[in-house]
Parts: sequence; structure tokens; C-alpha cells
Amino acid sequence: METQPFKIVEVRFLAPDVKLFRILAPRIARKQQPGQFVILRVHENGERIPLTIAESNPTDGTVTIIVQGIGKTTKHLNTLNAGDTILDVVGPLGKASHIEKFGTCVVIGGGVGTAIAYPTAKALHQAGNHVIAIIGGRTKQLVILENEAREVSDELFITTDDGSYGTKGLVIDPLKKMIADGRKIDLVLAIGPIPMMRAVAEVTRPLGIKTVVSLNPIMVDGTGMCGGCRVHVGGKSQFACVDGPEFDAHQVDFAGLTKRNALYRDMEKHSLVEFEQHRCKLSEAK
Amino acid sequence: MATNPLPPKARTAIPRQHMPEQEAAERAHNFSEVNLGFNFDITKQEALRCLACANPKCTDGCPVGVKVKDFIELILKGDYLAAAAKVREDDVLPAITGRVCPQEDQCEGACIMSKKFGPVGIGYLERFVADYERQTGKIGLPQNAPPTGKKVAIVGSGPAGLSAAGDLIQKGHNVRVFEALHEIGGVLVYGIPEFRLPKEIVRQEVENMKKMGVEFETNVVVGKTVTVDELLNEEGYSAVLVATGAGLPQFLGVPGEDLCGVYSANEFLTRVNLMKAYKFPEYDEPIYDCRGKNVAVVGGGNTAMDAIRSALRLGAKNAYVIYRRSETEMPARVEEVKHAKEEGIQFLLLNNPVEFLGDDRGWLRAASVIKMELGPADESGRRRPVPIKGSEYELPLDVAVIAVGTSSNPLVQSTTPDLKTRKGGYIEANTDTLKTSKPGVFAAGDIVTGGATVILAMGAGRKAAKAIDDYLCTGTW
Ligand SMILES: Cc1cc2nc3c(=O)[nH]c(=O)nc-3n(C[C@H](O)[C@H](O)[C@H](O)COP(=O)(O)OP(=O)(O)OC[C@H]3O[C@@H](n4cnc5c(N)ncnc54)[C@H](O)[C@@H]3O)c2cc1C
Ligand code: FES
Repeated sequence: METQPFKIVEVRFLAPDVKLFRILAPRIARKQQPGQFVILRVHENGERIPLTIAESNPTDGTVTIIVQGIGKTTKHLNTLNAGDTILDVVGPLGKASHIEKFGTCVVIGGGVGTAIAYPTAKALHQAGNHVIAIIGGRTKQLVILENEAREVSDELFITTDDGSYGTKGLVIDPLKKMIADGRKIDLVLAIGPIPMMRAVAEVTRPLGIKTVVSLNPIMVDGTGMCGGCRVHVGGKSQFACVDGPEFDAHQVDFAGLTKRNALYRDMEKHSLVEFEQHRCKLSEAK
Repeated sequence: MATNPLPPKARTAIPRQHMPEQEAAERAHNFSEVNLGFNFDITKQEALRCLACANPKCTDGCPVGVKVKDFIELILKGDYLAAAAKVREDDVLPAITGRVCPQEDQCEGACIMSKKFGPVGIGYLERFVADYERQTGKIGLPQNAPPTGKKVAIVGSGPAGLSAAGDLIQKGHNVRVFEALHEIGGVLVYGIPEFRLPKEIVRQEVENMKKMGVEFETNVVVGKTVTVDELLNEEGYSAVLVATGAGLPQFLGVPGEDLCGVYSANEFLTRVNLMKAYKFPEYDEPIYDCRGKNVAVVGGGNTAMDAIRSALRLGAKNAYVIYRRSETEMPARVEEVKHAKEEGIQFLLLNNPVEFLGDDRGWLRAASVIKMELGPADESGRRRPVPIKGSEYELPLDVAVIAVGTSSNPLVQSTTPDLKTRKGGYIEANTDTLKTSKPGVFAAGDIVTGGATVILAMGAGRKAAKAIDDYLCTGTW
């Protein structure tokens, strides 16, 4: 097609298996708002996967995405370097985060969820909110974007499951403590693995604290055309790609979401094994 | 007519020629085209059946008025390229419409022969000349008019957008087509499967347009990546044609529809066609494995037939069509229903799922289906199906595909405030000029009419192209 190639201009590892990419995509860079995502396809035979835009620069026309290599596509993506191109990048998709002056906002990022939460945290901070960021991971190496999080927050908590960095424990612990201490919280934004978001929702529900989560179901087109991304929210079927990706955490059917995300796991595993075998063969050949 | 040597009696005595097809047992396991196409002999036999009516009803029956009698006459002269060119005067995608038009409701339905002798196989003949032209590589690409310097943006690359692009480039305008997906062709590539419409044909048509100078930009979701107003005010387009189709899937709204294993037809077909899920693991897109499974599609249109026949080819053990009315009401093309039956698809007519039942992992395991009977006719003139109380039964299922229609995608409308819509969110456009409420903006195809047909979308695209050309030349709205 006569589309310009989506060229990678910068790459950087943030953690083992977590890579930052700056990609030339001027149209998207010009329009992106916090909370929106792109769908990309690495090569001709590849699947389409959604990734949140961490940052964009309308002046040089680049968007930044942060990728954790877990599936076949993300692992493949993480083998690419500056100068390589990505076949298709479409966006910005989804609704932008709702930003206003809420007061005190707790932004929680678990693992690469931090990358997804970062642009919204930044916007909340710019809007004059008191931002408390809680970021964490299983272990020190998996805590990403610490400096960035520090810049866009007024208070920063870091947790690791194994205690190798920050406080030992889960990202939800500092939130629990704040609530126990009786701190007034006006908004909680939680982004990370489904069990984490679900746990946060349960903590804030009894207190009626407005809580927002960003959902990442399987997607195909990202424009509302397939319904593969449907999630149950407030007793209604909603399409995460156009009605979301952010939803009121207290309305989300997390149990259903967990099951739907498991849908392609078996097939995906098969695909991954093929890819790794192929990669081994390639490196043997070298 | 001098070209047909036979007297009328002899013409009607020739039986309608059969389309050679892949054996049902074989084709049920592959994605190659079912219809193999006429050869020269069969083509001649079929063409000889045309009575060359003084007042041909077929042309009236065709939504774009293809000069059927004239192109058949050219076939009889043996000038297939001229025949193809004759079709192209009115139908710019003949290899496609020859395969997917519901001819029985259009040209062939109107053919004077249809009642007593069976209609002339107009669709098959059209396909033959279009394929001949394509295979010889001698598509006479028309000369473009001198450049006008005006730019037209077309949103959506389905038949409506493509046909408009083809006409506008000939008028000397700069034409750029914006498409949300990564491939050009709309439903022709993501919906209609390979075994009915080989993608190579669509690709070739797109190549021809590129040769003529049409520019294509994929991965642009108008309304998100760029708005209609930005195209008009910042990117210098003098006119925008919205041809975004009716892509939003409808669901039944019954309990259990969010279970794993329940898909919209759009998702199922997109994964199979566009993402080539049938070539997994060569292609990445995972799709639920149909091998040895019980699969049902809900609905009775072309989409339903395409989905279930795809599932069969992906290895389904039992492949069902669940349709709440009877066969007479089924909107699918007659040929598709016939092919589906031959391939072993089981039709559960006058049946309707009332609930999808899951196992404890959240996977579909069965549908609760109720039997229906036909009551009095509704507004559409079709007899309304009514449930028979107490007739529910459980149908074991691993995969269910919902194909009960689509509605309009609101992305363009919701970001173009002065664009008037009507019920269902479809764009309001003048029937002749396809002008919308917003100066400089036109709309054509399914986004105006609701889900219709390839030929109607194409016809609308061409009408819009004419009106856009007028607008650009005169400058008056
Ligand atoms: C499975 C299936 C089988 C069918 N079988 C037949 C058949 O046998 N015979 C027949 O005559 N008809 C058939 N139809 C109907 C026919 O395909 C449609 O009526 C026809 O394609 C409509 O053409 P269109 O150009 O209006 O829209 P579409 O073909 O739907 O194309 C619209 C295009 O616009 C793009 N788009 C949407 N929104 C945006 C946006 N915001 N920005 C950029 N691009 C956008 C879409 O991605 C799509 O590519 C079938 C339909 C389906 C789904
Ligand atoms: S990804 Fe297809 S509708 Fe959301």
C-alpha cells in the first residue's frame, strides 16, 4: 500500500523481556490522547494485537509503545531493532481517559500495566490532581518506568513480591494502608493483570471510591466490527475497543473476562512453540 | 439478430448449462473455489439460449443496468474481450459480481426464459468473460481525463468505495482511499470466503486501480486517525465520500452469548479470511479449532452460509444452520444454500436458540433451541415465526456463530457533527446524488442503505462519483 512504512526509530529494554519502541506514525502521534491504543501487525502472516500508546510526539511524528514479550507476536516484536519496520500500525483507538481535576488520584500499575497507566497518570498530574503512584512487579527487574512515574506523581510507592526492591508485597498493599489510615481518595486507576484489577475493585467497592480499570481483551479490528473484544460491564455487553478500554471497575464482570482471555491460550501456546523452535533453528544456522 | 443462428424454438430447447463444480465431498475440506467456471463450449451453448428480446427485461432487473443482450451478442461473435468491456460500461467489477450477485432476484429473475425453461445463465456468462479478460491480461484500462488538480477522499474500500474511486480517477481527479483494515476490499476480503470469491480477483481489481493512479492508504480509521473535517479543511480534499459499510455485528441478546466459543460472524469470518486462520500455524491468528466439533451458525443469509461452510472446511463434524423461519424466507443466494446442502450442512429450519449453555470453564457446551411455526405475515410481508411453547431441546455445540445481521458503525458519524443520520445511525443521503447534509460530503453503499448487496453498493458508488465530479466541476452544492 502507499502507506509510509512504520519505521522503528528507537528501542530500549526497560526490563528483561520488556522493550520500549518509538515508531514513526505521524497521523497517530498527532491525534493520540492518554488511554488510547494502537493495533499492530508485525508481518504478513502475523496476528493483530492491541498495545497502549505510552507517549506520543506530534512534532517528530513518533509514538512510543512498551511491549512485554509473552506471546508469539510480542516475543517476535521484541526481536526488532531501530531501523526495522512494522507492517501495520493503526490508531489511536479506543476512548481517551476521562481527565479532570478529581483531587487525590491513586494510580496503580502492575508489571507492564505501569506503561499503560503512565500516560493517564501524566495527564491527571497535569490537570492539577495530587497523584499517588504505586508501581510494582514480581521482582526488582520487572519494576519499570520508575523515573517516569516519579516525574508525574506527588508520591510514589514501589512494591515487589519478593522484596528485592521497594516494599515487599503487592501493589494493592499501599492502597489498603492509605484507606485504613483514612486518607481521602477521589479516584483510583488500576492497570495490570486481571486478578490485580479485580482485587483493587473489591477494596474500593465498599467505600464507593470511583475506580477505573483498563481492559485488554482479545481484539481483531479495534473498530467495533467483530465483537471479539466484548466484555460484560454493568450487565451489558460492551466492546472494549470502542466503548473502552477504560471502564468503571465496579461494573466489570471480571470472572467472565478471565475466561474469555483464556480462550485462545492453547492455540497461542502452539504458535509460540513453533516460533521458538523456528528461532532456535535460525540461531543454530547462524 | 444475425449472430445467433438458431430460431427461438431451438434456443429454448437447449437446457440451461450446469456450472462445473468441485465435488461436494472434496470441496468440503478445502478452501478452493467451488465453481470452476464455464469453458468455451458451455459458454457458447448458454449464450445461444438468449432470445435477444426487443425489450430485454434482464437489463431492467439489473441494479446497474448491464446491457446483457449486447454482451451475450458479443460472446456469440467470439469477441470475449469486447463482451467484457461491454459489461464494464455499467459494472466495474464483473468478475466479482458474476460470482456473488443474487442473480435469481435480478437479471435472471427477470429473464423471460426463467419461468418455462430456466433463465439464461447471465451470471455465469458474465463471470466467463471477466475471467477471460483477466487471464489474458488484456484489461483495457481506460484513459484518464487531464488532471483537474482536485482531491477526493474516499473512506472505506468496499465495492462502493472502489467503484467510486475507479470512476473519479478517470475524470482526472486525485483520488485517495482510506481503509481502516490492513487490506483493501471491505467485505470482499474480510467477509466473503476464498471458496466463493478468490481474493486474487479482488487483488487484481485493486492493482488495476493503482495502475490508473488511485492511491490507497490502509490503517486509517476515519473518525479516529483523522476526521472528515480534517480531510476537508487541513488536507485539502474538496470532497469526501463515506463508504464505510454496515460492519457492526448484531447479537441475539440471549443469555450465554458471551461464553467462549460464541462468535459474531464478522469475527469468525475475519479470522478465517483476512487473518487466514485456516492456515494456522503458518499464520498466527488463533481461531478455535473446529476439527471434530459441533458448530452452528444462527441466521439464514449469505453471511450465515459463508460462516458455516467455512467451519465445515475447518473440520467441523456437525455443521448446523439454525434459522427461525423456513427455507423460502432465507435471504441467502439460492446457489449458496444448494451448495451448503450438498456439502452436508444440516439445516435446522424453524428453530431458534433461546440460550447458550456453558460448562464450568465458561465454554459453550450446548444451545437451548426452541421450535417455531409460521404465523401471519409481518410488515415485511414475510410470515412471522412464533415459538412453539414447550418445544425447547438441547443441541450440543462447541462453537456458535451469530449471523443475524449488522448495523452501522458510528465512528465517522459521531465525529462529524453536522452529518445527518436516520434511524439505526445510517447516513442520510439523497437517492440520486448521494449528497449528505454536509456540503462536500457524500455517502454510498451499506452505510446509507443498511446491509445490502455488492452490486447495489457498486451502483451507489458510481452514482456518487458522478455527483462528486459534477460538484467539483461546477463548484456548486
Ligand atoms: C459474509 C458476507 C457475505 C456476503 N455475501 C454477499 C453476496 O454473496 N452477494 C452480495 O451481493 N452481497 C453479499 N454481501 C453483502 C455485501 O458484501 C455488502 O452489501 C457490500 O460489501 C457493501 O459494500 P460497501 O462498500 O458499502 O461496504 P463494505 O464492503 O462493508 O466496505 C466498507 C469498508 O469500509 C471500512 N471502514 C469502515 N469504517 C471505516 C472508517 N471509519 N475509516 C476507514 N475505513 C472504514 C471497512 O473496514 C470496510 O473495508 C455479503 C456480506 C457479508 C458480510
Ligand atoms: S476488536 Fe473487533 S470489535 Fe473490538
